Amino acid sequence: MQDRKRYFVVLAILAVLALVYLIRLFNLQVLNKTYKVKANQNALRYITEHPARGLIYDRNDSLLVYNDAAYDIMVVPNELREFDTMELCRVLDITKEDVRKKIEKAKKYSYILPSIFEQQISKEDYGFLQEKMYEFPGFFVQNRTLRSYPNPIAAHILGYVSEVNEQDMENDNYYQMGDYIGKSGIEKAYESVLRGEKGRRVVLVDVHNREVGRYENGAEDVVAVPGTSIWSTLDLQLQRYGEELMAHKRGSIVAIEPKTGEILCLISSPTYDPNLLVGTARPKNYAMLLEDPKKPLFNRALMASYPPGSTFKLANGLIALQEGIVTPSTIYSCSGGGYHIGNHVVHCHNCGGLNIYSAIQRSCNSYFCRAYYNILSNRRKYKNVQDAYTAWLDYMHSMGFAQKYETDLPYELKGSIPTAEYFDKKYNKSWNGNTVVSMGIGQGEAAVTPLQMANMLAVIANKGYYIKPHVVKAIGKKDNLNTQFSEKIVSKIDPKHFQTVLEGMKLVVTSGTGRGAQIDGITVAGKTGTAQNPHGADHSVFALIAPADDPQIVIFCLVENGGFGASVACPIASLMAEKYLKGEVKRTDLENRMKELSFR
Amino acid sequence: MYNDLNRKNTKGFDARLIIYYLLLVFIGWITIYSTCYIPDGTNAIFDISKPYCKQLIWIGSSFLIAIVILLIDKQLIQHYAYHFYIICLFLMVLVLLIGTEISGAKAWIKIGEFSIQPTEFMKVATALALAKFFNEGKTSTEKRYVWLIVGGIILLPVMIIMLQHDAGSALVFASFIILFYREGLSGSLLILVFIAAFLAVFTLKFNELYAIALLTAVFIGFMIKDRTQKKLMRRDVIVFIISIVFVFSVNLLYENVLEPHQKIRVATILGQTSDPKGADFNLNQSKIAIGSGGFFGKGYLKGTQTKLKFVPEQSTDFIFCAIGEEWGFVGTLVVFGLYLALIYRILSLSEKSRIPFVRYYGYGISGIIAVHFFVNIGMTIGLVPIIGIPLPFLSYGGSSLWAFTTMLFIFIKLNDN
Repeated sequence: MQDRKRYFVVLAILAVLALVYLIRLFNLQVLNKTYKVKANQNALRYITEHPARGLIYDRNDSLLVYNDAAYDIMVVPNELREFDTMELCRVLDITKEDVRKKIEKAKKYSYILPSIFEQQISKEDYGFLQEKMYEFPGFFVQNRTLRSYPNPIAAHILGYVSEVNEQDMENDNYYQMGDYIGKSGIEKAYESVLRGEKGRRVVLVDVHNREVGRYENGAEDVVAVPGTSIWSTLDLQLQRYGEELMAHKRGSIVAIEPKTGEILCLISSPTYDPNLLVGTARPKNYAMLLEDPKKPLFNRALMASYPPGSTFKLANGLIALQEGIVTPSTIYSCSGGGYHIGNHVVHCHNCGGLNIYSAIQRSCNSYFCRAYYNILSNRRKYKNVQDAYTAWLDYMHSMGFAQKYETDLPYELKGSIPTAEYFDKKYNKSWNGNTVVSMGIGQGEAAVTPLQMANMLAVIANKGYYIKPHVVKAIGKKDNLNTQFSEKIVSKIDPKHFQTVLEGMKLVVTSGTGRGAQIDGITVAGKTGTAQNPHGADHSVFALIAPADDPQIVIFCLVENGGFGASVACPIASLMAEKYLKGEVKRTDLENRMKELSFR
Repeated sequence: MYNDLNRKNTKGFDARLIIYYLLLVFIGWITIYSTCYIPDGTNAIFDISKPYCKQLIWIGSSFLIAIVILLIDKQLIQHYAYHFYIICLFLMVLVLLIGTEISGAKAWIKIGEFSIQPTEFMKVATALALAKFFNEGKTSTEKRYVWLIVGGIILLPVMIIMLQHDAGSALVFASFIILFYREGLSGSLLILVFIAAFLAVFTLKFNELYAIALLTAVFIGFMIKDRTQKKLMRRDVIVFIISIVFVFSVNLLYENVLEPHQKIRVATILGQTSDPKGADFNLNQSKIAIGSGGFFGKGYLKGTQTKLKFVPEQSTDFIFCAIGEEWGFVGTLVVFGLYLALIYRILSLSEKSRIPFVRYYGYGISGIIAVHFFVNIGMTIGLVPIIGIPLPFLSYGGSSLWAFTTMLFIFIKLNDN
């Protein structure tokens, strides 16, 4: 029996051992999940498929922005093994120290997610490296697309893309290190449309980090969705022409199709070639543009606030008509060389007695000062100047001043027209129409952006309403109109008054201050302006609506330090209108003269 | 005595053992096929450059060996047991002189394309020689020198294996302790071996000082218990001193005898180092492969870790990884079931056999198979330091399959009654 007992002892020892092993294996295989994760980290590489960004066309299907192929070298720190550093340095033309720094940086971001090691290598280097990639475990090549611009125009509106920063990644976990994101302009406003959806390719890699095939025949792959194309409201020809005209000048041109609020061109000069802000040269070029004393990055059309100048008289005229202060037949005389306030005279051109048409035609300071004074002193309607002023400001608001449109334009400025409280504070509550009368002729405290002025012209052209100015016409397909910004915003001015102002503006062009704006065969309405500039020569301003009887385009042009509106801004605006409405410009002499003009 | 063996030579061979054998060999082959399978490749079965094709040759020739063994006179087996032992011993020495070194061990004789490892056959030969020696009845006498001969039969090959730097194979010979225990080795000796093993692991895991502290505590306990009996107290003191010498010699052996890579493997198992990219890369990858199998596994031919070569030696020593990964815990259970059934069957047949030679041999080889099984699987899941010994019947390799086939079919033949 002793022997029999020993037989069972042997069996028992085997059974206990087997049990210990099975418990260990059950724990390893069934209970513990970390090995499954580790196995995937081992063998699977998730390669992000970056979709091509959506293209951007102009309103006539001309390409504004497209994509170029590029190749990035990516690194996954956790997969790094020993490799021939010298070889890598030689191929990429970098130093050993660079390699170390780049790997450190990648490690800081993540050990398991890929980071960019070297951006946008040449096609030749790519071809060479692709062959040798297995010698560099932990590295792989990722295809990318880079923005490219066939015409170096509209930089401010198109905006640019750059690598995401930590903030971007925090805000939206779609983004990973090395992804691109629209940083300004249309690229920023329509980022979610343009970017598409990243795809994912799952591939098997062996212990030497060589790709050996697709995982599960691609069942886990996600196909990248290419970005959606966008049709801008911009007119490439007009935009380019405007930029040419504005060369060597500081200033801005904004043209809007009044019926739709579509921005036909938006020029801020000086500008820059958008191709500068692409690829590896971007940081360097960006710094260069940032330091440029001419401030090419500064978008004057949206961010510069100017005194509106005489073009403001149009708005004031409309308010005076609406308030019943004047009628088309009301005549204000302008005796004694201008509008007198005590010893102070707002100078004028000795126009004599004028109705509103002639007042606009001749840009009569006296007329509009008096009208403005009378608006603010209308005690039958308003019990004090504050109320009257606030009512006036309301009209201004309703025409789109002193506000941001917040459509799809990058970084607009609100502009500013002071409130009654501001003047109460400034003048210790003792002020009247005469105190602020310079605002009646577009000088003084009011500050507007070129975009807002163009929008006011749209209100006049539409006889009472505007659609918020925007730059994207259609998304995905050309007939898939962008309806986000189609709401009509109606001003507080009765439609019947607009014709009066328009008639005055026609006179400006036929026989007034803006005769330079005449275009053969087209009735043009316009208004000159000369915005006083405390820092130097006055800004030359011109507002244009054409054709006056069926407005297709409104143009606001401002040339900094250009002097009288009639001399620079007026011909430029007129050339722009001719280009847009007729397709070509006959007045080549004028065109060349304008292109060469410089105000530095 | 030969007449014993010739009794009842009419019934068939043990069908269960043959079925277990065939199943294990089959699982081995499909697993080898899987480890060499290239997802988008052709994977022709008859491609002689591929291990699975070579293994087909090994399997075929093993079947031949099995048939030959089943056909020969079983008396011959017993008769030539010592001759077989001597021949193997001679081959082992030959290896030392003209052998080829493969992964650190000079244990192979290269003949053209193929290499054979005499060590594998040495295990069978030793089991047979021991069985024969036991069968001669000398061990039942109380003479101590008899046990010296038994020790010699085992230690002779062990020494040669050590000279071949094949510590793993040497360890296998410790498995004969099961045979000795069954045949009368004192139970307390078995316990002593376990205590010694425990003390060795404890010493390596912590250090000598902790081991001595532990021993001192136990010693004081015994001294208090035995305070009235001087004789026992003297015994305690002697055991204590021997233990302390043992503890120091364990460290001495570890530091001076083990190769650096073996030291690292031991340290890894004891949890003293953690270097997943370096020294314990293999163990780590092996655990990942098995662990990622889950309950049902990833499916046949769908293992990523083994297919993409993250696991080393996956068709030979680490073949269990492929099974664990592709068949999951279910596969683990099947493999365990088959081995335990096989070992149990050998033991129970040995126990039932009226022929002592069968019992001696049966206990000997079940020990060898069990040690191979537990050490091989233990190393893939981190319970045992990485020791390069194959999984019987499953691992790729001609020597191993031939030797284990011979080992098993000799038992089937002997047991045939």
